[in-house]
This record gives sequence, C-alpha cells and structure tokens, in this order.
Amino acid sequence: MTFLRGRAELGVAAFLALVGVVVLVDGLGLPTVSAAADPVGTRPMPLVVGTMLLVCAVFLAVDVVRGGRGEVEGGEDVDLDHPSDWRTVGLLLVAFVANIVLIDRLGFVISGAILFWGSCFALGSRHLVRDPLISVALSLGTFYGFYSGLGIHLPAGVLQGVL
Amino acid sequence: MDLGPLMEGFATAATPMNLLYATIGVILGTAVGVLPGIGPAMTVALLLPVTYSLPPTSALIMFAGVYYGGMYGGSTTSILLNTPGESSSVVTAIEGNLMAKRGRAAQALATAAIGSFVAGTIGTALLVACAPIVTKFAVSMGAPDYFAVMLLALLAVSAVLGSSRLRGFCSLGLGLAIGLIGLDRVSGQPRLTFGQAELADGIDIVVVAVAIFALGEALWVAAHLRRKAAQIIPVGQPWMGREDWKRSWKPWLRGTAYGFPFGALPAGGAEIPTFLSYITEKRLSKHRDEFGKGAIEGVAGPEAANNASAAGTLVPMLSLGLPTNATAAIMLAALTGFGIQPGPLLFQKEPQLVWGLIASLFIGNALLLLLNLPLAPAWAKLLQIPRPYLYAGILFFASLGAYAVNLQSFDLVLLLVFGLVGFMMRRFGLPILPLIIGVIIGPRIERQLRTALSVAGGDVSTLWSEPLAVGIYVIIAVLLLWPLLVRLLRRNPRRPRFKDA
Repeated sequence: MTFLRGRAELGVAAFLALVGVVVLVDGLGLPTVSAAADPVGTRPMPLVVGTMLLVCAVFLAVDVVRGGRGEVEGGEDVDLDHPSDWRTVGLLLVAFVANIVLIDRLGFVISGAILFWGSCFALGSRHLVRDPLISVALSLGTFYGFYSGLGIHLPAGVLQGVL
Repeated sequence: MDLGPLMEGFATAATPMNLLYATIGVILGTAVGVLPGIGPAMTVALLLPVTYSLPPTSALIMFAGVYYGGMYGGSTTSILLNTPGESSSVVTAIEGNLMAKRGRAAQALATAAIGSFVAGTIGTALLVACAPIVTKFAVSMGAPDYFAVMLLALLAVSAVLGSSRLRGFCSLGLGLAIGLIGLDRVSGQPRLTFGQAELADGIDIVVVAVAIFALGEALWVAAHLRRKAAQIIPVGQPWMGREDWKRSWKPWLRGTAYGFPFGALPAGGAEIPTFLSYITEKRLSKHRDEFGKGAIEGVAGPEAANNASAAGTLVPMLSLGLPTNATAAIMLAALTGFGIQPGPLLFQKEPQLVWGLIASLFIGNALLLLLNLPLAPAWAKLLQIPRPYLYAGILFFASLGAYAVNLQSFDLVLLLVFGLVGFMMRRFGLPILPLIIGVIIGPRIERQLRTALSVAGGDVSTLWSEPLAVGIYVIIAVLLLWPLLVRLLRRNPRRPRFKDA
C-alpha cells in the first residue's frame, strides 16, 4: 500500500490501458475484407490507436514508478495549496446528474434551474432567496431566448402549455 | 497583389447584420475572456450551438470577434490579477502585474490594448498576403502530402507543447480513440459504438469540446477554489504618456515578428514567441533595471507576440484546414457543422465566407481598441463576480450547449463522461490540446491514408513518393529523435535522464 501512496497517476495508466484494450478488441472484431477501392480498410486505424494507447500506458506507468509526475494545472481561481475538495465536486456531480435525469421529464426550465441553484449551493453560496430567483430567471430567459431568438425549442416538460 | 477579394470581403463584413455579429462577438469575447477560468477556446465552444441557426459567414465573423476579444480580455485579467488563465498570457502577467502594483495599471492596459491592435492588424495583413500563396501551393498537394502534413501536426502538437512529451502522446491517443467512434465513412462498419444507435454518427465535437474545456475546467476549479478571493488592482482609464509610447512601439513590432510565424507553424503556439519576445526586450531595453519591477517593454512585446500568433494560426486553418491551437480546432469543427469542407479549396469554393472573415478581423481589431480603452474599468468589475455564480453559470451553459445540438439527454451523459476525463487530465497534467486536435484530425488523416493507397492501388510506397512528404518525414524524425540527439550530444553521459521534462 505504501508503494501506491502518491502514485494515483498509475490510475491514469490503467485507464489508458483499458481504453487501449477496448479499442484493440473492437478493431480486431472488424471484418478483414479489403476491396480494391479501399485497400486499407477499417481495421488498421483502430489497431494503431489501440497499440499506441497501450504503449503510452506502459511508458506512463514506468515514468510514475520512477518518480515522474504530471504537472497539475493552475488557473486564476485555483489554489493548489489545499487538498482537493471532493465534497464540492460530488455535490456538483449530483446537480449535473439530476439535470440529465430530469430534463426530459420535467422540462428544461425546471431542470436547468435545479442545475444552476444546485451548483451555486455546492460551491458555497447560501443566499436562500437570491440564488433560486437568479436560477429561475436564467432558466426562463434561456428558454424564451432560444425559442424566439434562435428557433430552438427546448423541452417544456410538465410546464407544457404554461410557458 | 490582388486586393479585389479583400474589398469584396469588406463589403460582406460591413453589412449591418454582420457588423452587429462582429460587435456581439467582440463584446462577448472580451467579457468572457476577462472572466477568470474561461479562455477563448471555451468561449467559442460554448457559443457554438447558438450559432447553428445563423448563416455560416455571420457565425464565423462572430467567432473571429470572440477569438480576438478573448485574447484582449485575457490580458486584462493577467495584468490585474497576476494569475493568468491562458498559458499565452503568462509572460504578459509577469511585468504587467508588477506595473499594476506600482500604480501603472492604466499604462500596462494601454500598451497591451494598443499593442494588440498593432500586432493584430499587421498579423491580419500578413494573413492576407500569405494565405493565398499557401493555398496555391496546397492545391497541388496530393493525399500522401496531406497525410504527412497531418501526421506532422498531430505529432508536433503532442511532442513540442507542454512539459511532458509522454503525457502529450497519452492525450493524443485518447483523442484519436474518440475520433474512431461511429460508422466508418467508407465501409459503413460501426467502430466502438457498442451497439448504441446514438453513437453511430460519431461523437459531436461540440460535446467533446464543451466537456473538456467547460465542464472539466469547472469541476477542476471547484475542487481547488480559492478560499480567499484574489486581490484585484483597481484601475482607471488606460492611457500612455509620450515616454511610454517611445518605449512601446519597437517591442510591439518585434513581438509581431516573433508571434506571426510561430502561430502559423503546427504546434508553434503563443507560448514560445511571447517568451522569446520577453527575453529579447529585456536584453535590448535601456531600462533593464526595471525588469522584475514592472517594465512596460515586458508587457508591450509579449502581448503583441500573443496577438500576432493568433493571426498566424489562421494561415494553416484557412489555407490547409489544419488547426494549430484549440480555438482554431473548434472553429474548424464549426465549419464542418455547417457542411463546409475545410481545406485548400476553401478560398475557391467559399470566397465570400473566407474574405468576409478576414475583413471582419480588421474590423474586429478596430472595434476592440475602441471598446477596450474606455471600457477597461467596467471589464475590471467583471473580475468581482461571485465565484459560485460564475462556475454554476459555466455548468449551466455547458449543459445547455451540449443539449441544444441534438436535443437528446444522451449527449448530456457523454458530456459528463468527457467532463470527468477533462478533470482527470487537469489533475494529472495531461495536456488538453493534443486530445482536441486528435479528435478532429484523426478521422481526416485516416481518410487521406485510404485515399492515397486507393489511388496507388495499395502500393504503400506512394506515401513517400512525393518530395514534400519526404521532407516532412525528415522533420518528423528530427522532432521525435530530438531528446535522444540532445542526450547524445551532452558531454556527461553518466547520468542518463529518463524523465521527459
């Protein structure tokens, strides 16, 4: 276990290897027929890409074991001195998944407002009146803007007829 | 040189509707560019779905405004906040923020804005001069040449940029794998679709771009959000005195000379020329002692280089259909979305679109100067937007953008999956650009290979039958073997350094 500590990047190598295997297996399942008009066929590209991913995975694993580290990305609002805040990320993901599940059932306006308000909440905003108001206004405004401005009809869902 | 097409381009770009779109693009681009955490690539990606109902020319004109505006806005952020979001404005931030701290924020913003205008205008003029020449040359290129050029673009983006070549290739591999998904265009065979009907058409590049840039970034920032807001330096109206002008104009021109050629090269990017410009100005300056305390030359030069490189990027994009940075990649995806085939025939087939776009770059640059000098204090206020609203807004518009393309919630699932991939890439230092370029070029390089071999009746030697292709393979070999050569040339071979950094 001590070997794995600080070597979370090995997970990236595993992920690359997994994608590589999937690409290779899928590629090997393709038919080999080659016509005169298409002497290359569909197989070579997946085989090359899959192999490349596997080779990259091996090199990355070797690099990490030897102490190599990817350079973590910075940014204006990023403070890398603190450990990752998984609670915020988790709550954001909950809000996002709720949006996916609800958008076709309750409609865009409700699911979008839930997404925005949920994200604000996850990121630490606790204005109990202002946040929901902004969420609903943004969601409604977008719905009508897309409807009349762009001719894109976002789903109205349960509010069909009301909007 | 024949300026007729350019004049017609101005006629296209100067219609009231297109002027309006250029203005909207410039304002949106600047506003969003100023916002922390959002760069030009993410702005274009987020706005892409909105433009699908516009005519292609208007959409591209708006994107051009967003692109230039985003770069302008980025420099404001880096000068006033000292935590640059774009890698291309890192160098501007060094001296720019020091100037701002010494109470010279107004001059720093002014030299950045005027320098961007000068560099952008010269760069666009060079684009007018170069692109048709490259196009004329490109029309005579065969499929083997294209295969070689695209291979160079893929490998150069992965191997040259970023701090780790290995991680660049990891990212490229993921991008190529995403590009494979869908029905093969020649044979109709499904690849990596896992029986899902939604995957048959491949994954919409909009969804990938929005996921990697917007969702991945928002999640990443959320995991590390600053507890204390960064300090913003207040600023008034930007202006420059006579001494500042005298010290700025040469760095602007030198910066332009560095930026344009690097932007036009595959994987040239803006980082190298901005850095070169910085060290050149430091060496040539009469005020060398001011470097490290806020020297105006150190803002003027790199900022000009940054903008000239943006103009240079458009040369391969318009004449070859080859993206060399993320924003160009997304603009090319937009073209494809409109059913327009990017490539050397673009100038012949769509002269109105191309020249309208180029003319609108001149117009957009002038608009930016007019907008930015008086509005700088207002833009600076945007830096104070509460972070929860900013990042919740990014998530909201990201999911809106991905959903609006096809109106199916399956795209939101894809958005989430690729957003998590984007998060992982930021956490473990995999560069983003190779992935995006891989998704876009992957299918096209495969098509060139198959065309080349089909024309040659399956004879593989056709790939190195043309002198241009051979020349490019030599460049690729040098590029790939470079670290090895350096190691061989080092005199002390006792300490082999495996780590690629």
